[in-house]
Amino acid sequence: MLTAFAIFSDGLVYAAYLFLVAVGLTLIFGVMKILNVTHGSFYAFGAYGAATAAGVWYDRGLNDAGGLLFMVGLAMLIGLIIGIILERGILRFVYGRDEVVVVLVTYAVFLILEDVIVLIWGPRSYTAYQPMTAAGSIDIGDLTLSNYDIGLVVLAAALAACCYWALKYTRYGRLLTVVIFDRETAAAFGVNVRVLYTVTFIIGAMLGALGGAVMAPKMSITLGIGVEVIVLAFAVVAIGGMGSIEGALIGAVLVGLARAAAVHLVPQLELFVIYAVMALVLSFRPYGLFSQVQPRKI
Amino acid sequence: MKRLKWSLALAAGLTAGSVVAASAQQAAAPAPIKLGVVSFLSGPAASPFGVPGRNGAEILIEALNSGKAPAPFDKVGFAGSKIEIKWVDEAGSTAQVVTEFRNLVQRDQVDAVVGYISSGSCLAVTPVADELKALTVYFDCGTPRVFEEKPREYVFRPTSHATMDNTGAARYLIAKKKDITLFSGINQNYAWGQDSWKDFEAAMKVLAPKAQADKVLFPKLFQGEFGAEISTLLTSKSQALHSSFWDGDQESFIIQSGARGLANRMPYVGTTVESAIWRLRDKIPDGTIVGARGPHGPLAPDNALNKWFHSIYMDRYGTPPTYPSYQMVIAVLGLKVAWEKAAAAKGGAKPTTDEVAKAFKGIEYDSPSGRVKMALGNGHQGIQDTAYGTYRFNKQKNAPEVVDIVRYSAECVNPPADKTAEEWIKAGMPGAKC
Repeated sequence: MLTAFAIFSDGLVYAAYLFLVAVGLTLIFGVMKILNVTHGSFYAFGAYGAATAAGVWYDRGLNDAGGLLFMVGLAMLIGLIIGIILERGILRFVYGRDEVVVVLVTYAVFLILEDVIVLIWGPRSYTAYQPMTAAGSIDIGDLTLSNYDIGLVVLAAALAACCYWALKYTRYGRLLTVVIFDRETAAAFGVNVRVLYTVTFIIGAMLGALGGAVMAPKMSITLGIGVEVIVLAFAVVAIGGMGSIEGALIGAVLVGLARAAAVHLVPQLELFVIYAVMALVLSFRPYGLFSQVQPRKI
Repeated sequence: MKRLKWSLALAAGLTAGSVVAASAQQAAAPAPIKLGVVSFLSGPAASPFGVPGRNGAEILIEALNSGKAPAPFDKVGFAGSKIEIKWVDEAGSTAQVVTEFRNLVQRDQVDAVVGYISSGSCLAVTPVADELKALTVYFDCGTPRVFEEKPREYVFRPTSHATMDNTGAARYLIAKKKDITLFSGINQNYAWGQDSWKDFEAAMKVLAPKAQADKVLFPKLFQGEFGAEISTLLTSKSQALHSSFWDGDQESFIIQSGARGLANRMPYVGTTVESAIWRLRDKIPDGTIVGARGPHGPLAPDNALNKWFHSIYMDRYGTPPTYPSYQMVIAVLGLKVAWEKAAAAKGGAKPTTDEVAKAFKGIEYDSPSGRVKMALGNGHQGIQDTAYGTYRFNKQKNAPEVVDIVRYSAECVNPPADKTAEEWIKAGMPGAKC
């Protein structure tokens, strides 16, 4: 019973992490059809920005809750700035090019941004553990759960609900849905696709940075953290269906639970299980669980 | 016109004089020795390992070039020749690491290469170094396989391999917890983590036959998120947790497990945890068993070389040196000793690579972390005494401390020259002098 509960709780925490990382990536792909490798950099900049904010805040002895808000705020501001610079400065010039070209452009930018991180923060690692420590823990049987982890699950659930509401019930969301379904027809009906692209890319960048900011208290922030994240995010997005928010959520939960079960029951399969889930899903649903029906164009 | 002639003659004379003087100066100063130094300068391993290693090389070579290192290393550079460094980043694929090594040897024509942190890098570079007849000195990588798989000609590793870390950890743990019956392990899923656990588990079987391994976890390298692993360990009744985690994985695991009280259930036995104590400070739980891959950092002996090195490192970088810095110093000093021995045999002339390699075999020398003996691998692999201690954060001094330090002689924790590490441990560590 304890093991079953541990698998469930660990699965949810890992799923929250995966969803927070993947949601921006799938949003950008859904609207812009860009497989954005730079998303790993948004995550990394968010984490480094949060660490800087933590240093500034906690060195002054200010309160813990405000510290986390400051970390998230600064990280998202960094995401906003980088998003604007990249979209306006680079990506808009490659819209309409072959998808492979666009992926290569985002990969090149990703490599450049890795060096920018070294230029700004140097090669040393950073920690921003104060919010996690301050959150404390709760004992459930023999298991001690971190309240910060529980908070991450709540945040991921709230973000999923927000995305669902925004896409279904706001004007911007409905416009996005139209563009996701058929960009050319949307443009023909007067939707300003270029503006939607810019806004979506910036939101995606801010979500990536948010993922980095909220994960920063849990980990050592070192060079290369964006690389690890982007591989996992791609797996989750592929399982759920490229461009589907609900797909990213279900994909994250599936991977999270499968991985937690493997760690507890068959630890030798831990590495294998994430990609086994992906392979299994893609063998039956080649475009992911929530892929949309594509109209055939003549 | 006459004045112009005189001026021209004077200028020509001065120029000729300068050329002669410069030539004389060049003749007096021997050609510099080119050293390729390879370490992680980017990526997750840069901060805890690569940069401290690089820093160690930088300040040591500066001191050697200025002749300011203490005796017996007070001769300028290597045998009077100053050392020029070419820095190379170890980050990248194994194929890239090998390509960079070939570039150093064939394109840059370096006299020797010192470096490498990843065991994967060392295993890949070793056959190439022998093929190119390039003098190569490893400073940090720990896999025992480098010299156990076959004899090497041009490759040396003065720092001890991983077997010492894990037999030492087992000995210390059993000394502190004589009644231990259950232990677990969490190690990264690649050569280093698997070899470390294999040696530790085997040593525990020999030293505490009643103790059983419970949870054995091998998460992915650079995984970062360890929630499920920590829950798994929390469901165990283990009395100790062995780990050879390094880099950001170690720091992330300590932060995450600290928040969930894992250390209250089982102390963390970290074979490399010394590299994190100055960054994590009071986040490392009191009672953590501290290893430093040898007697380095706070486990180093109180000798003059250590005091000197610690002092110049603190002055330059504002933080105490961690074990990768010590290991780099051991590697460079070993090369210096071998180089000068070979040069002395030639009456001070620059030795060839073969002559330095021959001189390197089996040497013994002092270092900031004690005596180094090139005793294994046909004189190519070094051994040292080692030490383990227990961590506590001193709140009065606001500084980390390692207490209850126990030292083990090199012959207590290393296999003899005629046995592989695995054979020796499985045979019950015969001949261990403890």
